[in-house]
Amino acid sequence: MNKKIVKLKIKRRDKPDAKAYWQEFTIPYKERLNVIACLQDIQRNPTTQSGESVNPVTWDCNCLEEVCGSCTMLVNGKVRQACTALIDSLEQPVILEPMSKFPVVRDLQVDRSRMFENLKKVKAWVDIDGTHDIGEGPLMSDKVRAQRYALSECMSCGCCLEACPQFSLTNNFMGAATFSQVRLFNLHPSGSMLKEERLEAVMGEGGITDCGNAQVCVEVCPKSIPLTESIADIGRQTTLQTLKNIFMK
Amino acid sequence: MPKRKKKIIVIGGGLTGLSLAMKICERNAEVVIVSYQSLKRSHSVCAQGGINAAIDARNEGDSPENHFYDTIKGGDFLAHQPLVRDMCYQAPAIIHLMDRLGVAFNRTGEGHLEFRRFGGTLYSRTAFAGATTGQQLVYALDEQVRRFQHDGAVKTLEWHEYLGAVLDSQGVCRGAVLQDLRTNTLFTLAGDAVVLATGGPGQVYVRSTNSTVNTGAAATMAYLQGAKYGNGEFIQIHPTAIPGPDKLRLMSESARGEGGRLWVPRTVGDARPPKSIPDSGRNYFLEEKFPLFGNLVPRDVASREIHDIVYNQKLGIAGEPMVYLDLTHKSKDYLEDRLGGIIDIYKKFTGEDPKDVPMKIFPAVHYSMGGLWTDYETDGNGMIEHGSPRNQATSIPGLYAGGEADYQYHGANRLGANSLLSCIYTGLMMCRGIFTYIDNQDKSVDDTPSTTFDDAKNHWESRLNEIKAMKGGENPYQLHRDLGDIMMGNVLIVRENKKLEKTIREIEDIKTRFKDVNCVDSTDWANPTPSFINQLYCMIELSRVIAKGALMRDEFRGAHYKPEFDLKQPSKFDPHEYIDYLEKKNYGDVSEDAFPEGHLEYMKRFEANNDNWLKSTIAEYKNNKPEISYEPVDTSIVTPRPRKYD
Repeated sequence: MNKKIVKLKIKRRDKPDAKAYWQEFTIPYKERLNVIACLQDIQRNPTTQSGESVNPVTWDCNCLEEVCGSCTMLVNGKVRQACTALIDSLEQPVILEPMSKFPVVRDLQVDRSRMFENLKKVKAWVDIDGTHDIGEGPLMSDKVRAQRYALSECMSCGCCLEACPQFSLTNNFMGAATFSQVRLFNLHPSGSMLKEERLEAVMGEGGITDCGNAQVCVEVCPKSIPLTESIADIGRQTTLQTLKNIFMK
Repeated sequence: MPKRKKKIIVIGGGLTGLSLAMKICERNAEVVIVSYQSLKRSHSVCAQGGINAAIDARNEGDSPENHFYDTIKGGDFLAHQPLVRDMCYQAPAIIHLMDRLGVAFNRTGEGHLEFRRFGGTLYSRTAFAGATTGQQLVYALDEQVRRFQHDGAVKTLEWHEYLGAVLDSQGVCRGAVLQDLRTNTLFTLAGDAVVLATGGPGQVYVRSTNSTVNTGAAATMAYLQGAKYGNGEFIQIHPTAIPGPDKLRLMSESARGEGGRLWVPRTVGDARPPKSIPDSGRNYFLEEKFPLFGNLVPRDVASREIHDIVYNQKLGIAGEPMVYLDLTHKSKDYLEDRLGGIIDIYKKFTGEDPKDVPMKIFPAVHYSMGGLWTDYETDGNGMIEHGSPRNQATSIPGLYAGGEADYQYHGANRLGANSLLSCIYTGLMMCRGIFTYIDNQDKSVDDTPSTTFDDAKNHWESRLNEIKAMKGGENPYQLHRDLGDIMMGNVLIVRENKKLEKTIREIEDIKTRFKDVNCVDSTDWANPTPSFINQLYCMIELSRVIAKGALMRDEFRGAHYKPEFDLKQPSKFDPHEYIDYLEKKNYGDVSEDAFPEGHLEYMKRFEANNDNWLKSTIAEYKNNKPEISYEPVDTSIVTPRPRKYD
C-alpha cells in the first residue's frame, strides 16, 4: 500500500431520482486518518483523481466518535460508521457507497426516517404521568440495569438493517433495532406497563415472525448490542402473548 | 394574548430543546422543534461522565448548598448565584425525573442510583449511565418527545436549519427563517416565541471535542441581529482528550473520577514503555501539587498544569505534547462496567486498550461558558421566580436561549457533569416564563403584518443567492481550518495581550479573505455548502467576540489565564483569611500583623482585581464590529474569595 496517498472511490448521486455514478479521489496520507477526515479533505480540494473540479461529496456525520449514529455508510462493501473506519486498516482504493436499504438523498446521505417511525409503532418510551416532581424512580437491580444499558446504546445507525437479508427498501419489516427496543422498554418496571401494546405491534405484518434468523445483524452492530438475544426474547414474549390472547379472550 | 393555543418554536434537538419541548407539550401548547439533523443525533450525546445532583446517596453530608458553593467556586465567582443555586436545588428532582423516563443509570446493591466523584468537589455527586450519560439522557427525552409526536402534540422539522429571527418593526421576535436542508428552500415560521437551544461554538476552533454541527451560528446570528453576547472569552479547555487529525476526542473526567491518574516520566527523555517505569520514576503532577483534590481539580486547573508540565517543564511523553491518563491499576471488569463507552472510543481510534496501557492525552477545546446574554428574575430568597418572563430571555423580546447557548451558569469555568444539568434545568425551567411572556403580550404574532415575514424571507433568499454567486479563490472549508489554527494558536489555555492583538489582526485578514470565497457547490438539492459559508461567516464574527473579550479582560480568572495578571496566591494561603480580612475591614483598619507575611498584600490585590473585573463581558454588534461593555454579576449569596484546591 502506498503510504503517501490515499485513494478513494466514491459512489455519487446528485438527487434521489438521478443516476448514480462513481468518482475517484486521491488525497495526501496522514497518520490516524479516518474516512471522515478524507471526505473533509475532499471538501477542501474538490478535485477528482483525473483533475476534474467537482462538487464536494456530501455525507452525514456529527460526533465523529461513534455515539451519534449519523455517519453509517458502506466502506469497502461493509456497513459501518465512517468515523471509526481508519484508513490504516482499510484496503485501497477505499470504496464508499451509501446504504442500499434506505432511500438515497444525495451522495452518501440516506433517509432513515423509517427507523424512527418504527420506534413510534412499538411505543419505545416509558409512559410517565408527568414531568412534575413525584420523587424517585422505581428500584431496579444493577443486573437489570446492565442488561438494559447494553440495549439502550442503540444509536439508530441502521447497520443491522442494512445487513439484514429480510429488510428491504420496499417491504415493511421492522428489523432487529426495533425489536431490541421493545425488549429494552419491556424490561423497565414502569415501561413494562405498555408491554402488551408493544408485543401486539411486533406480532403483525413486518414484525418478529418475518425474521429469517440470518443473525448478521449482531455481527455488524457497532455497539455490540446482543440483537439476536433480543430477537429470541421478543420471540418468546410474543409467543406467550399469543397464548394469552387465545386463553384470555 | 392570543386566544388560540400558544405556539413556540424550539431551535435545537439536544437536551435543552427536548426537555423544553416536553414541558410545552405537557402544558398543552403547540411546539415545533427545528433540528439540523435527526433528533437522536445532537451533540448532547457526546457527554460522557455524568450529571450532578446532591442527593447524598453515600451519606457524605452533601447538600444542594454544597453543590451550589462548589459550582460558584469552580466558576471563579463569575456565575450568577441565584440561578446556580436554583439549579442545584432542582437537580435531585431532575435526576429522579430522568430515572423515571428510563435512563439506565448505574445502580447500588439495593437498586438505588449510584453516584461517582467528579472534578471540583469532594463529594460523590455524579449520577451516570456507564460512560455515555449524555447519550442516554438524550434518548430518554427524545423518546418522550416521540411519544408526544405520536399523539400529534409536537411537530418536528428535522434536516432544517435556523437562519435568523423574524423581527417586527418594534424589534420583537415573531418567528424564524428556516431552510429545508434537502430541498434547499427557505420559508418563515410564525411563533409566539422562539428559543435557541443550539449548543456551543467549538467549531470556531475547528478541532475540539465538539461535534461538526457546533458552529454556534444560530447564537451568533442572534448577536448579529442585536442580541447581547455574554462572557464570550470563557472557553473551557478539557484536560483529557485524544489528539487526532479530524477531532480531539474526549476522554471523560469520569476516568479520573473512577481513580484514573495523570502522570509523566519524572526525567526528560525517559523513553521506556509506561508500564516498565516504576512509581519512583513517575511524576503524578496533580497529586503532588494538589494533595486535597488530586487528579480531580477543576478542568481549568488541570489543563494549565498539563500545559505547564509539557511546555515549561518539557516533560511530555517522548517530548511530545501528551501526558499519561492511567487506569491500568483498576480491574478490567470494573472499568468495562463503569467506563466501557470511553474505553471503546480510545481502543477504536488508537488501537490500544486503556485497560492494559495508560492512555496518552492532551487538553482540547470543549465548552463555552459564554453565550447569549439571558435574563432572570429572583424570588427575593436567593432562588428564581419560575413564572417570570425574564428567565432565559435574550435582549431581543420573544427570543429565548438555554443550554450551552446561554452564558450565566458556569462563570469562568464549568465543573464537570454540570453541563447536562444546566441544559436540562434551563429547558424545564424556562417553559413557564415563556408562557407568561406570551400571556402578557398586548399584540401577538397574529397582528404582525405578513410583509414582516416576506421581508425576512427575501433578505435570506438574497443572502444565500449572494453566497451561491461567490466565485473567488478561497475554498471555504480551508478558510475555516485557517480560522481554527489562528484561534488555537493564541486564544487557548495561556493568553498574552501581544499575541491576542496579533490574533485579532489575523481574524480581520480571514474576514477579508472571506470576501473572496468560492462557493464550491451551487446546486439546489441537499447542498450543504452555501449554508456552511453562512456558518463560516458567523464563526468569523464570533471569533472576533471571543478574541476581543480575551484581549480586554486584563486578569486571570478561571479558564481565562493571563500569566501577566496572575495575582500569585501565597502557597500557605487559606481562603478563609479573606473573609476574615473583609470582616476586619468592616470594623476599621486591618493591621499588617493580623495575617501571615505577604497575605494581606495578596488579599488587597485580589480585592482590587475583583473591583475591576468581577463582571460579565457583554459584546454587542455595533458598526460592524463587537463593542465590549461590562455588567455586574449577582454575587449576593456567597462572598467571592480566592480559589484553592490543594
